[in-house]
Amino acid sequence: MTGPSQISRRLFLKGSAVLGCSAAAHPLLNTVTFASAPGENRLVVIILRGAMDGLDVVQPYGDPSLRELRRSLSVGPAGGALDLDGFYALHPALAPLMPMWRAGELGFAHAVSTPYRDKRSHFDGQDMLEAGTGMDVAPSMVRDGWLNRLLQTMPDVRSQTAYSVGAEAMPVLAGSAPFLAWAPDTRLELGGQAEALFEALYHDDPRFSGPAAEALEISRAAGDAGAKADATAIARFAAQRLKEETRIASFSLNGWDTHRGQAGSIRRSLDQLATVLMTLKAESGPVWGRTTVLAMTEFGRMAAENGSGGTDHGTGGALIMAGGAVRGGRVYGQWPGLASGDLYAGRDLRPTADVRAYAGWAMRGLFGLQSSRIENEVFPGLDLGRDPGLFV
Amino acid sequence: MTLSSYPSMAFPDIAAVRYGHGLSPLFASPADTDMLLSSVSVMPATPMVAVGHAGTMINDYNRIRRASRNGDEAERAAYKAVRNSFVSAHYNGLMIRFSRILDAPVTFGERLHAFWIDHFTTIKRDIAQVPLQLDFHDHALRPYMGGRFVDMLVAATTHPMMLGYLDQTKSKGPNSVSAQKRGGGVNENLAREVMELHTLGVGAGYSQTDVRQLALLLTGLGQTKDYEGAFFPTLAEPGAETVLNRSYGGATPSERDVLVVLGDLARHPATAQHLARKLAAHFVSDDPDPDLVAAMARAYSDHDTDLMPVYRTMIDHPAGQAGTGGKARQPFDWMATAMRGLGLRGADLAGMRGKSVRDLFMTPLSRMGQPWQSPAGPDGWPEEERAWLTPPGLAERINWSMNVPSRLMTDLPDPREVAEATIPPGARDTLAMLVPRAERRADGLALVLASPQYNTR
Repeated sequence: MTGPSQISRRLFLKGSAVLGCSAAAHPLLNTVTFASAPGENRLVVIILRGAMDGLDVVQPYGDPSLRELRRSLSVGPAGGALDLDGFYALHPALAPLMPMWRAGELGFAHAVSTPYRDKRSHFDGQDMLEAGTGMDVAPSMVRDGWLNRLLQTMPDVRSQTAYSVGAEAMPVLAGSAPFLAWAPDTRLELGGQAEALFEALYHDDPRFSGPAAEALEISRAAGDAGAKADATAIARFAAQRLKEETRIASFSLNGWDTHRGQAGSIRRSLDQLATVLMTLKAESGPVWGRTTVLAMTEFGRMAAENGSGGTDHGTGGALIMAGGAVRGGRVYGQWPGLASGDLYAGRDLRPTADVRAYAGWAMRGLFGLQSSRIENEVFPGLDLGRDPGLFV
Repeated sequence: MTLSSYPSMAFPDIAAVRYGHGLSPLFASPADTDMLLSSVSVMPATPMVAVGHAGTMINDYNRIRRASRNGDEAERAAYKAVRNSFVSAHYNGLMIRFSRILDAPVTFGERLHAFWIDHFTTIKRDIAQVPLQLDFHDHALRPYMGGRFVDMLVAATTHPMMLGYLDQTKSKGPNSVSAQKRGGGVNENLAREVMELHTLGVGAGYSQTDVRQLALLLTGLGQTKDYEGAFFPTLAEPGAETVLNRSYGGATPSERDVLVVLGDLARHPATAQHLARKLAAHFVSDDPDPDLVAAMARAYSDHDTDLMPVYRTMIDHPAGQAGTGGKARQPFDWMATAMRGLGLRGADLAGMRGKSVRDLFMTPLSRMGQPWQSPAGPDGWPEEERAWLTPPGLAERINWSMNVPSRLMTDLPDPREVAEATIPPGARDTLAMLVPRAERRADGLALVLASPQYNTR
């Protein structure tokens, strides 16, 4: 079962008007039962669903093979991309993020992937990305996500510590550790008598009592976050929670499956991503300096352009990192080259690092988690490898 | 044991709850398997779009849109009007689907239609595609869901809505006549999803090479200017392709090769297993009994992909007759079930359009996590309970139960009677106790509609 049901069932019973408890006894309002907060650092994980084309977002224009593989896409600075370091250039749609790059608050890791290989299915790829497992375990066998396993290692997690934001379920946060799930445009307000009746109605069925209790609680705690659940509202809601007790937030951005007309379609998704990162920065205020954002996707796309101005499913891709806590202004990773002999399976960017290692090093830096726990509990079987130095 | 699990239920109650949109105060529940299955082949009285009309509608739309670009005021007004009519058709698609459910004596057929629409998920790129998607749902899927899967697979895979959605209309053989003259190449999207989602399933033993070979074999599939599926030899890759160790086609590309490979994929044992499990997971349990799945897969293979024996096997199997309540109703399913339980008919929704449809149905469905016809990708909606019984999702169901019934009917029914008529005996004790304590009739109804009994099946 997922976290919210367990924590909230407890809330429902304790906070229930039926049982006559006062609000002061409520665990959300009265946190003395918890010893200490899990530190001041914040981690935001954005799942980019649909397989973002890393080669187009962070264009390795210094590699001469890029031009041979792609005629219309990923043209580099000559096509308006913004030079980053003489080898890589940023897709022009991310131009609004250049100030963040120059301030050292935006960085990338290139030629990364999960351990997922060869079948190139979005859905298996996302399952594996969120389960955080390797090819030796079928993702369908794993019931929790790696963010939840991170929470399980923390000694003093409260219900507000982790938030899944938006109407979509986030398997990366699912598991036995408590977290809250909410969409910013939803509110639930019931009158006293109706609330008591609903509590009694759901009392014996935890599938209902948990979510209902949580809905009532968050409606009270969150106030009016705005009317629309677009990406901006989601980012704003996440930032507001991060300013309070929340230390981990996760949501997804869709629309990266650019099989055709990629020049236009990826621009819309990148616009949205830029807006989300700028909103997180603007709305989180002073805690931006303690925040690390990781935007990850299930796999990259084929090195060559396809017959319809798009790209088909591939393997290696890029990780986007942002936040005041992260050491940005650089593209991490070892570049494998795009010459035909360098490609994975003769067609894809060859991964030279496991994207989970970057997430692992981020956890180590942000929450002081031991390497052995990262390699055994959060990402079982992962070799963290050398410290890439994500933090100053 | 949860409130909503009632192990000993009568066949008609199980038939209505598990295989339909719940009990109705207006129609008797199906008495036996034959009656349940009889709903599968009923063709709806009102098609969402008339056969053969979608292409004309889209061409008219595009012509009016082009004319409006540099056009005068009248041409711009004409475009606005045709655009509005397409938006209305999109809304009306939802209202027709609700109406069919509300007017059907037995609703298994409507549940199956939703299942197959999800199995062959398509997502519109543009409002201009509204008629094409409605045509796909009503004329490429519906007529075949009581027949052989192989025929549905061919109809779906060669329909312009699917060809466009999965980019087949942009794919051509790299050595085809057309690519030699004008460039272009193969696009793998349709081939991959046909194997992964529509037939074999991702766990089956096919490789990237099989995907590529199938993509090359599918080249040539395309659409005419009137949005009819067709085969264009000039787009097709010459030569034979090998898919799952079998060679297809020869020097001259032909549509026949496409039909043969689709036939082989439909009849593959992995497809039998994949479809059996998917049906069982949708109708019976998130984690279905392996014996049930095996029996359904056997029925599928023994009857040359005929689906009726598969449905019958599922319904008659002990697991298919076990107590209900283990599956969450998805938002569309639940909303339809709630309106059916209220005793509404299609005619009650007839005058509803525009803002009312948006406020009462479209926006609530989105907030419950199921925006109408807009899943995130070609794998359609998630199946598991935990994806649907979320805090924001349940909050919206409670809000809808509180506020929408009074917008749909002038006289709200007595909630005690609704519970009595639409919740099987043995499962309504808690409601019988709570409903009379509600302050208002609307609150009492909300308790019934937002109850575990209405939200699970």
